[in-house]
Amino acid sequence: MASTEVLPQETILGERERVVNDFSIQVATVNGSGSQTANMVLLRAIFQMGVPVSGKNLFPSNIAGLPTWFTIRASKHGYIARKKETDFLVAMNPETARDDILSLAPGAAVVYDEPLKLDQLRDDLIFYPVPFDKLVAPCCPEAKLRKLVRNMIYDGVMARLLGIDLAQVETALRKQFKKKVKAAELNWNAALAGYTFAEENLEKRDPYFIEPMNETAGKIIIDGNAAAALGAMFAGVSVVTWYPITPSSSLVETLIDYMKRYRVDKETGKATFAIVQAEDELASVGMVLGAGWAGARAMTATSGPGISLMSEFVGLGYYVEVPGVIVDVQRAGPSTGLPTRTMQGDVLSTATLSHGDTKHPMLFPSSVGEVFQMMGQAFDLAEQLQTPVFVMSDLDLGMNNWMSDPFLYPEKPFQRGKVLTAEDLERVKDWGRYRDVDGDGIPYRTLPGTPHRRAAWFARGSGHDEYARYTERPIDYVRNMDRLARKFETARKMMPAPEIDTRLADIGIIAYGTSHWAVEESREQLRAESRLETDYLRIRAFPFSSEVEDFIRCHRRVYVVEQNRDAQMRDLLALDLGIGTEKMRSVLHYNGLPIDARTVTASIQQQEESIRAATVRERTGT
Amino acid sequence: MSTTPQTPPKLNRIGMELAVYRGARTTLCAGCGHNAVTERIIEAFFELGVEPYQVAKFSGIGCSSKTPAYFLQISHGFNGVHGRMPALATGAALANRNLRCVGVSGDGDTASIGMGQFIHMMRRNIPVIYIIENNGVYGLTKGQFSATADIGSKLKTGVVNDLTPIDCCALAIQLGASFVARSSSGDKRQLLALLKAATAHRGTVLLDVISPCVAFNDHEGSTKSYAYMKDHEEPLHDLDFIPHYQDITVDYEPGSSVEVRMHDGSRVVLKKLGHDYDPTSKCAALEALVKAEEKQEVLTGLLYLNTAQKNFLELLDTVSEPLASLPQERLRPPRAALDEIMEELR
Repeated sequence: MASTEVLPQETILGERERVVNDFSIQVATVNGSGSQTANMVLLRAIFQMGVPVSGKNLFPSNIAGLPTWFTIRASKHGYIARKKETDFLVAMNPETARDDILSLAPGAAVVYDEPLKLDQLRDDLIFYPVPFDKLVAPCCPEAKLRKLVRNMIYDGVMARLLGIDLAQVETALRKQFKKKVKAAELNWNAALAGYTFAEENLEKRDPYFIEPMNETAGKIIIDGNAAAALGAMFAGVSVVTWYPITPSSSLVETLIDYMKRYRVDKETGKATFAIVQAEDELASVGMVLGAGWAGARAMTATSGPGISLMSEFVGLGYYVEVPGVIVDVQRAGPSTGLPTRTMQGDVLSTATLSHGDTKHPMLFPSSVGEVFQMMGQAFDLAEQLQTPVFVMSDLDLGMNNWMSDPFLYPEKPFQRGKVLTAEDLERVKDWGRYRDVDGDGIPYRTLPGTPHRRAAWFARGSGHDEYARYTERPIDYVRNMDRLARKFETARKMMPAPEIDTRLADIGIIAYGTSHWAVEESREQLRAESRLETDYLRIRAFPFSSEVEDFIRCHRRVYVVEQNRDAQMRDLLALDLGIGTEKMRSVLHYNGLPIDARTVTASIQQQEESIRAATVRERTGT
Repeated sequence: MSTTPQTPPKLNRIGMELAVYRGARTTLCAGCGHNAVTERIIEAFFELGVEPYQVAKFSGIGCSSKTPAYFLQISHGFNGVHGRMPALATGAALANRNLRCVGVSGDGDTASIGMGQFIHMMRRNIPVIYIIENNGVYGLTKGQFSATADIGSKLKTGVVNDLTPIDCCALAIQLGASFVARSSSGDKRQLLALLKAATAHRGTVLLDVISPCVAFNDHEGSTKSYAYMKDHEEPLHDLDFIPHYQDITVDYEPGSSVEVRMHDGSRVVLKKLGHDYDPTSKCAALEALVKAEEKQEVLTGLLYLNTAQKNFLELLDTVSEPLASLPQERLRPPRAALDEIMEELR
C-alpha cells in the first residue's frame, strides 16, 4: 500500500489554500468504547511524523455510555494550548452529533457514521460518510468486541484523508497495545479497513494535511500525573498515602507501577516504600504528617474536595512544623463541581488552608517537565522548611498527554533540612525544638528513635514554647507566631524564581500553571493582530519573590490570566505583596475547559480598546 | 545540711531509672481514672525495660489525649487533632518500623469523631497499642454523653442516655485487630499484665479501659463510675505475664489455665475464673460480649488474641530497616532507570 501517495486534491480544493500541520481535530465518541486508544494512536502517529501535537481529553464523570470528546491539535509552531475552533470533526456519537455539527465554523470537515445522515444538517461543511458498522463486521468476527474495535476505523480514514503515514499508524498502534498481540492485530485490521475504504470511496475536499516535520525527534509523550509520579520516585518518596479522587488517582496508580519496578530491593525483594490507600483524605494527610514527623519523605495526591478535608491536619502540620508534600490536581469546584473538568480554583484557599494564621508554600508547574522537577523541589523545601508544601497541578496538566523533552536526571542530593542526630545533641548544650538559632525562623528537629536523653520533644497542636512545652502565655504565643512568619520570609527566598520575558513593554501579563500555554500563543496573536507588545512573568511559586513585585511596579498595567472566576491569584498577589489591585486587570476563564489563546487575546484586546476609548473621551471631554 | 547517703535509683534491665519512664505532672483531676492508666503504663514499660528511645506516643484531643505528656518523658510524642490519632500513628509506623507506637485516645475521640480512623486502624492491624480511656463522657467540654455511654446511664444533670452504646472491643474483634482486651483503671494487676502483654504483640492492640471521670460521670446512675465497676466487673480470667527474657516454668493445676505465646516469646497465662473461655476464638469473644451486655456485666480480660495474623507492615513487605533511615542511594533509582522510562515514552 502506497501510504505516501499524493492525492489529486488541488483540483477539488478549488481556491482554498492547503493547511499543513496547523489545525485541530475533534473526535466525539461515547466513553467506554475504546475511543481513548484510537485517539492516542492518531495523536502518536502525528507525533511520530515529527509534527508538534497535543491532545486534550474532555470526558464525563462516568464509566461508560456518556459523551466524550478528544481534541488533537497539530501545530507546526509548537503551540500546545487548546485551540478553540475545531477544523476537523470525527462524529461518532449520535447523542451529540447534532450539536457538534452545528457548532462548527463554515468550511470545517466532518467524518461521520453514515447512518446518522449528518450531511443534511448543513451545506457549508465538507462531509465524509463512513459506514462503520459495515466495515467493522468483516475485520472483527466476534460481535461483542466490535464496539471496541470500531473506533480504530476512523484512524485509518483520517490517516488516508490527512496523509498520515500508515506505517506510523501501525507503529503507534502496536506501541499502544504493547504485549496484547491479538488485540493489536484486530485493531490494526480495523484501521486498514478504514484506510482502504477512504482510499476507494472518499474524495479529498478539505484543505487539511499532515506532512512530515522534524520537530519531535527525541521527545516523549506523557501526562502530568505520570510526570509527577516519576518526580516523586526520583525524589525518594517512601511513604505515599491517598484516597481515590478524579483527577489525581492516576498519579498514585502510576507511581505504584513505577515503584514496583524500580524501588524493590534486588536482593531481598522487599519494598523501599509503603503506599497506603487511606479511608479518606483526613487520614491520608494525617499519615503523611506522621511519616514526615518520623523522618520519611511522605506525600499524598488529591483534588479540591480532598484539600478541603485536609484543612485541619494541614494547620497542625504548619504549627507543629512537620514536612509533607501534597499534590493538588485541581478540578472545577466549588463542591463536587465538574469533577472531570479543569480549573485553577484552589489557589487562594490552599495558600491559607486551615483556621488561625496559616500560610503554605505552593509550587505551580506549567508543564510535565516542570512538574517532574518540582516534585523534587517540593520534598526538599518541605524538609528544609519543616512544613507542608503544595504542588498545584490541575486536570489539564495531570490527565492530558503532553509532548516534552526527556526529563533530566536530578543531580542534586536530597536536602533533608535541620535534623539533629544523637551525636549532634552531644555538641548542642541547649537544644529547644522551636528555638530560632539561625535567625531564619527555621528551628532544629530530632526524629523519633534518636537514642539520646535530650532528643525527645512533644509535638502538639496546642500552644507551645521554644522547648515544645505547653503554654498559654501571650508572649510565648506571639514569639512563636512571629518566628513562623519569619520562616515564611525565608521560604520566599528559597522558592523557584518566576520566569520573565521582558521586551520593555508597557503592558505586562502574569500567568501560572497551565495558563502559560495559552498566554504564550496569545502574545503572538496580540503582536500580529493589535501590534501590542507585552512583557510576561510566569509565577512558579508562592510566596512570591521580589521580582514579582518589581514586575507589577514596572508596568503600566498587568493582566493576570487565570482559570477561575474570582481572580484568586490577583488577590493573593495583593495580599502577599501588600500592594493594591488597581494596576492588575484580570483575564478569567472558568468554563471547565482548558484555557485557549483566543480567549486571552480577545479579553486583552477588548480591555485595551475600552481603555483607549476612555482616554479619548477624557481628552476630548465628551 | 543533709549527709544522708543516697541510695542509687533502682535500674531496670536496660539500666534505666524509673524517672525517665515518668513524664510531666498530670493536670487531670485528682482521682481521675486516666492517672491510674498512666501509672500502669509507666510501671509496665519500666519493669519490662522497654527502650524509651524507640517508643513513640500519640493522642488525639480530650482529657485522655493529654496523658502522653505524663509518661515516658524521653520518648517522642505527637498530640494531634481530634479523632485522628490513628492516622498519625500509622504514618509513623510506616516510616519507622522499629518504633513501638502507643496511642492514647478517649471514648469521644475514638467512638464519635474518630470512628472512621479507629475502625480502619483495626482493619490494618498496624503494630500500635491503642488505649481507649473510656469514661462515657466528654470531660474537657464538661460532661456531655459520648457514644460509649450505656442505655439508661444518667448524667449529673439528670439526662438519660437512650441510644445504643458502641462497643469498641466488639468492633475491633470483628474488624481484624489481633489483640483485644478490656480492663478497668481500678484493676491494677489486670491492667498491668495486659499492658505488658501488649508490648509483646506485633499487631494492633486494642485496650479499652473503663476509666471513671470523677468530675462528670462518677455519680449514682452512671454505668462508668467506680462504684458501678466494682459491682459489675466480671473478669474472664486471672492474668499472668511472663516476659521472654524470664525462663520461668510455673506449674498450674491441669485444666485450670491456658498459656498463650506472644510474638517475642513472652507468655500470657490465663487462669480460669469460672469461665471456660478461649481467647483465640472470634465467635466466643463476640458471644461473651453480647451476653455480658445483656446481664449488665462488664467483661474484662484478654478477649481476643491472634498471633498468626499478618500485620500491615508484613503485608506491605517493606525492607527490614526503617524507611525513614534509608540513604539516598536506596531511595533514588539510578540514571539508567530514568533513561529506560524515557525511552518507553518516546
